[in-house]
Amino acid sequence: MPVANGSIELAGIVKSYDGVTQVVDGINLKIPDGAYCCFLGPSGCGKTTILRMIAGHEDPTHGEILIGGEQVVGLAPVERRTAMMFQSYALFPHLNVRDNIAFALRVRGISAVDRRKAADAMIEKVRLAELADRLPAQLSGGQQQRVALARAAITGPRVLLLDEPLSALDEQLRVQMRQELRRMQRDLGITFIHVTHTQLEAIAIADLVVVMDKGKIKQAGPARDVYDQPRDRYVAQFLGGQNVLSGRIERIEGDSVVIAAQEMRDVIVPLGARRTVSAGDRVDFAVRRDDVGLTRPESGDGSGRARVPSRVRAIEYQGNFVKVILDNVGSDELIAYVPDRIFYCDPFSVGDVVLAGWERDKARMLA
Amino acid sequence: MTDHPLDSAEATAMAVRRRGRALAPSTGGRPWTFYVLATLFVLYVIALYGPMICIYILSFQDVRGGLVFPMRGTSLHWFIDLFTQVRTGDVKGAFSRSIRLAVVVTVITVVISFMSGLAFRRRFAGDSVVFYLMIGSLVAPGLVLGIGVGLICNVLGIETSWYTTALGAQLSWTLPFGVLVMFAVMSRFDSAWEEAAIDLGASAWQTTVLVIVPILAPGLVAVALFGFTLSYDEFTRTLLTAGSLNTLPLEIWSMTLNVTSPSLYALGTVTTLISFVIIGICLGTIARIQKRRARGPAAH
Repeated sequence: MPVANGSIELAGIVKSYDGVTQVVDGINLKIPDGAYCCFLGPSGCGKTTILRMIAGHEDPTHGEILIGGEQVVGLAPVERRTAMMFQSYALFPHLNVRDNIAFALRVRGISAVDRRKAADAMIEKVRLAELADRLPAQLSGGQQQRVALARAAITGPRVLLLDEPLSALDEQLRVQMRQELRRMQRDLGITFIHVTHTQLEAIAIADLVVVMDKGKIKQAGPARDVYDQPRDRYVAQFLGGQNVLSGRIERIEGDSVVIAAQEMRDVIVPLGARRTVSAGDRVDFAVRRDDVGLTRPESGDGSGRARVPSRVRAIEYQGNFVKVILDNVGSDELIAYVPDRIFYCDPFSVGDVVLAGWERDKARMLA
Repeated sequence: MTDHPLDSAEATAMAVRRRGRALAPSTGGRPWTFYVLATLFVLYVIALYGPMICIYILSFQDVRGGLVFPMRGTSLHWFIDLFTQVRTGDVKGAFSRSIRLAVVVTVITVVISFMSGLAFRRRFAGDSVVFYLMIGSLVAPGLVLGIGVGLICNVLGIETSWYTTALGAQLSWTLPFGVLVMFAVMSRFDSAWEEAAIDLGASAWQTTVLVIVPILAPGLVAVALFGFTLSYDEFTRTLLTAGSLNTLPLEIWSMTLNVTSPSLYALGTVTTLISFVIIGICLGTIARIQKRRARGPAAH
């Protein structure tokens, strides 16, 4: 058998159920072998449909899916050597843990002795040894997930597809299980594709984050790029942690533009990779909430800093930082995450007039 | 589970007591409505089971027994009479025909209900027409349906018999029931189980045998129970379609016309017992499957 290659290439994938609306609308993406990839988007954005098409439970209306370089559209899941972990785990309620895990071996006609041996080895790997004879209904959510993972992994797939694997768990367990997923992925050394609508989950776990909206990819890249350098307003807002502001370009000064809006004067934003703007255009730009600092209006000079006069509307203590919600800039919210130690040196209260400022090069133009 | 059933039961009971006091103050015990409803219920139970119990009691009389109370002695005389005397009719034959017919009806009902349960999960062209046609045969008067079948057979020159025409007529009755039960069962079937099986490499046949059927087993037993009891008791549709040999209900009917001994009652007792045994087996099976799934580790 050739070396398993779990690289995936999606080329021009379109999926439409009724011929009119396109649930998935022209997806092009390359996922390297052995990557942990997260599809991130709100419900109905087409991420699960993509997963199901890679798995072979649905066929694309147009486009090609290549796994390890081979075209797989039309092949059964087994022939693709993919395995899927379903949202609700879909453990067989009438089979115990061992028989659930050994199911794939049973349908391949492997003898009872051999499949028991293989299943027990896998059970050991996911630390379920003492539960091998239990039925799924007798397991906790986390244990069920481990069974589902073991069941999917036992045939040695080259790609493991996980549909909202953590959504059935409570918050604490979710954090714990995502580490376990990552550990399993490293142990198995295969490609994981994980669908989620939770931003924190995606950026915590994935090598490659694919942000989707309405059947299209908005941005794909390493977690840090997507979070820190969102391409457009949608990505910035969906991933959170950013203030997305908009204004009109007053003039272009070298590598920067000067932006003005009703509440902002002379805010200078570096152009970055965007070159095709001209004076008078309306543009969006983003500033991370933790890059926004608050000062009293009477305090010192702000050379090198962009400053927006504002007023404190609400304050939320978040533990290691304080979320200060300021008056909107136009229709955009403006929020500062101030480290709690700094905030409590000179705490603001609701209604205070402040200057929200950031270093000029921290602002990023959005597409 | 950190649930304390006792505590919550107590809490509920207390809540009920408190509410009871609020609604019907100062009676000290149960509200008067309790006694009215309890009386009504007792009368209902007597009306429901009284007549049957009379028959069972009278079937245990001795050789002097008659068709009415008072009871004359106790013995199994009429049961022996039932299966040995020719003048009481062909009870043994009718009984064996009814059982065989019921088994065939059960098998066909379970298989077709199962398959339609799977089919009706998705919409297909004409699905609602098929559904309403099915319900139609459920509400059609049985005797009319039976007469119709008899008539058509007559016209077409088909000879009616219990294992052909009566079988068909009975299926028109058991199938809609079976399919409706199956719909209820299927509503709790998660198609992800099926997809998971396919994902793990099972063929369509393996998916059916190893996943779908075992998961649906309690529901299928319920469908079988319906099929069997409906067929075993069926009279109106069978009356004009069974041909020259009687099924058990037809035999009982003809006995009421010409047999004037407690044999008739003995027959009633025997058939009831059989019905209860079958229902007991079915419910026991369902309970066992569900218990095994809910608690005890699966024995393999």
